[in-house]
Amino acid sequence: MSNLIKLNNGVASLVEDDWTLVQLPATQVEERKQAGKVVLFKLTGEATVTDAQIADTVIPATGKIILPLSVFIARNNEFKDRIAQGEIGVWLATHEVLENLTQQQADLNALPIIAVFVERFADGRIFSLGNLLRTRFGFKNELRAFGDVLRDQLYFLKRSGFTSYLVRADRSAQEAIASLNDFTKPYQGAVDEPRPVFKRYNRGA
Amino acid sequence: MYKYDEIDQQIVDERVIQYRDQTRRYLAGELSEDEFRPLRLQNGLYIQRQAPMLRIAVPYGMLSSKQLRKLGDISKKYDKGYGHFSTRQNLQLNWPKLEDVPEILADLATVEMHAIQTSGNCIRNITTDQFVGVAPDEVIDPRAIAEIMRQWSTFHPEFALLPRKFKIAVSGTKHDRALVQAHDIGLEFYRDSNNQVAIKVWVGGGLGRTPILGTVIREHLEWQHALTYCEAVIRVYNLHGRRDNIYKARIKILVKALGIDEFRKQVDAEWAHLKDTDNTITEAELARVAQHFDAMPYENVPAHDASFDAAVASNPAFAAWVKRCVHPHKQAGYRAVTLSLKPHGQAPGDITSEQMWAVADLADEYSFGELRSSHEQNLILADVKLSDLFALWEKARANGLASPNIGLLTDIICCPGGDFCSLANAKSIPIATAIQMQFDNLDYLHDIGEMELNISGCMNACGHHHVGHIGILGVDKDGSEWYQVTIGGKQGNDASIGTVIGPSFSADEMPSVVQKLIEVYLQERTPEERFIDTVRRLGVAPFKAHVYAKDEVAA
Repeated sequence: MSNLIKLNNGVASLVEDDWTLVQLPATQVEERKQAGKVVLFKLTGEATVTDAQIADTVIPATGKIILPLSVFIARNNEFKDRIAQGEIGVWLATHEVLENLTQQQADLNALPIIAVFVERFADGRIFSLGNLLRTRFGFKNELRAFGDVLRDQLYFLKRSGFTSYLVRADRSAQEAIASLNDFTKPYQGAVDEPRPVFKRYNRGA
Repeated sequence: MYKYDEIDQQIVDERVIQYRDQTRRYLAGELSEDEFRPLRLQNGLYIQRQAPMLRIAVPYGMLSSKQLRKLGDISKKYDKGYGHFSTRQNLQLNWPKLEDVPEILADLATVEMHAIQTSGNCIRNITTDQFVGVAPDEVIDPRAIAEIMRQWSTFHPEFALLPRKFKIAVSGTKHDRALVQAHDIGLEFYRDSNNQVAIKVWVGGGLGRTPILGTVIREHLEWQHALTYCEAVIRVYNLHGRRDNIYKARIKILVKALGIDEFRKQVDAEWAHLKDTDNTITEAELARVAQHFDAMPYENVPAHDASFDAAVASNPAFAAWVKRCVHPHKQAGYRAVTLSLKPHGQAPGDITSEQMWAVADLADEYSFGELRSSHEQNLILADVKLSDLFALWEKARANGLASPNIGLLTDIICCPGGDFCSLANAKSIPIATAIQMQFDNLDYLHDIGEMELNISGCMNACGHHHVGHIGILGVDKDGSEWYQVTIGGKQGNDASIGTVIGPSFSADEMPSVVQKLIEVYLQERTPEERFIDTVRRLGVAPFKAHVYAKDEVAA
């Protein structure tokens, strides 16, 4: 059973995933500490991908694939045709810089999908990234969240412009769907509904 | 004050449903401890030493008598019959059961209250001056914008999981009483040269482990842009705040690291895109919300009242209370009254259910059914007629709410400390009560005069010790509790961070340390000087010398 929720005209349902996510090869990552505690979050802009990882990333020869941003940039020449055929999507992690993507790919809408990887639930950068992709860079296609995606982020992800959500494998995506609609009439304007409540309803004199 | 419409009510009702289900999933093992933590924190629920603590939101400190009555009921039903007003103007329950919290929220929702975003890494309760709307030095009543910001920040999707907590204060007075310089964002309202409402925006202030006063990021912001400008600031922070180190995660560290000019440049770059978008506040919305804060239907009464004057002249106890607890008011013949939650020998800010009900009755009888909580952890009846003050005083006194110590040494700001809070290094309440007992002589207290003594049980600084004229910080040394003392801190327009006087003290020593600080002041002061003025004039040295003099303090 798929754990992928997709919004279609505002209606959410579980769908099969027709994209293959391409991962970077694993590396030995040293545990770092700050103030005596293990560092759980990477800093925005922190370089985390090595040239060797990029070179060693195995690219499936056919089919629709979502590439890591670093691979998409460094090996872009390999993908020109497939981008034109709509077979290439891109994923970035929450600490990666969006402008690196937009500098490489001026027309984001040539990408059928952009995905954002959130390593930890508490990493709210994903919401700003979604917002910027939609409102600043005009991305109109599927915007997906994956990683530590749990039920209680879904409402915020939806409002931040995400339209598909790969719920963490050990949780029920079917049950999570309900939380997309935890609140009926949000106060503030956001991506899914830009008008704040005071511009949508007559709240009296 | 602001009254909910169906939309507001639906949001808190839906919140109750959401949180009830989150609690159910946690208890059923579907959410791990780590996964439930951010969810319960964003609903104000901490797991404490003996029991959970629930922090209930009191937006910008405004309460109705009906709400306070309900808080009294809830404290009785789900807790041990008392609550604690915090330095963020909120009410904390120290002994609720985790399983009862959904029911408590449902009860709160019946009186237009909630616990949304009272903790966690999100935009917290917006605070302001407790005399908002009635203070003679007020230029702008910022409550309408505060309420609009409350709504905007409630479940703001982009800022649901920030690097760290985010506190906003608003103020519209000549003399700042809202600590705008000690907040992540401080909004200081004023009238510009065209007589339009404008905002001076401070950013990057905060107490805690690294106390820093804020910096002005924008001298002039038109009120319409309050939301979009804050969005620009918080977006830069959300993307670039230090998530790798909890102690460096507040916006103040980012502002310091980038420098205010670079930070401002980044904010302006964001704001260029956000300015004039849909979250721009309209005249109509401001007017709709502002009407909830219209002036009370004051009676036309004379500026003086003979019976009041006679009572002051003939009753020294009443006169002492008037001197400390009664404050000037915009409207002739009216006063604001502080009900002290600092009776000597009790935990500062604590209030029993019976007292809550009594205050609710007093608010109904004397102050249009409304009241406020202050960040100094007292309650305020904002609109009392001069001619009612004596009767009010007698009833307040009968309920233990008329200690004439507001603004004096024993009006101590104090966090719950090690008795309750699992973050604390040391207890703070016993220090407060010991100092109160040491200075139990009212004449002496009044002679010492204006004094702010603030106590925090750890460097998170919930007790605002950095801005106390005397600040006391609980520290842990090899597993035992010690207290570090600062002097010279101050809130207000001329805010300052206190200076540490030297090595820390044991709990037993604290009353005599404060005593010695006061002795230096009483000896050195000029007739018009307050303690803080003397410290600023002389510096720390003479205070330090006396406190640490070898023949006076045992090692």
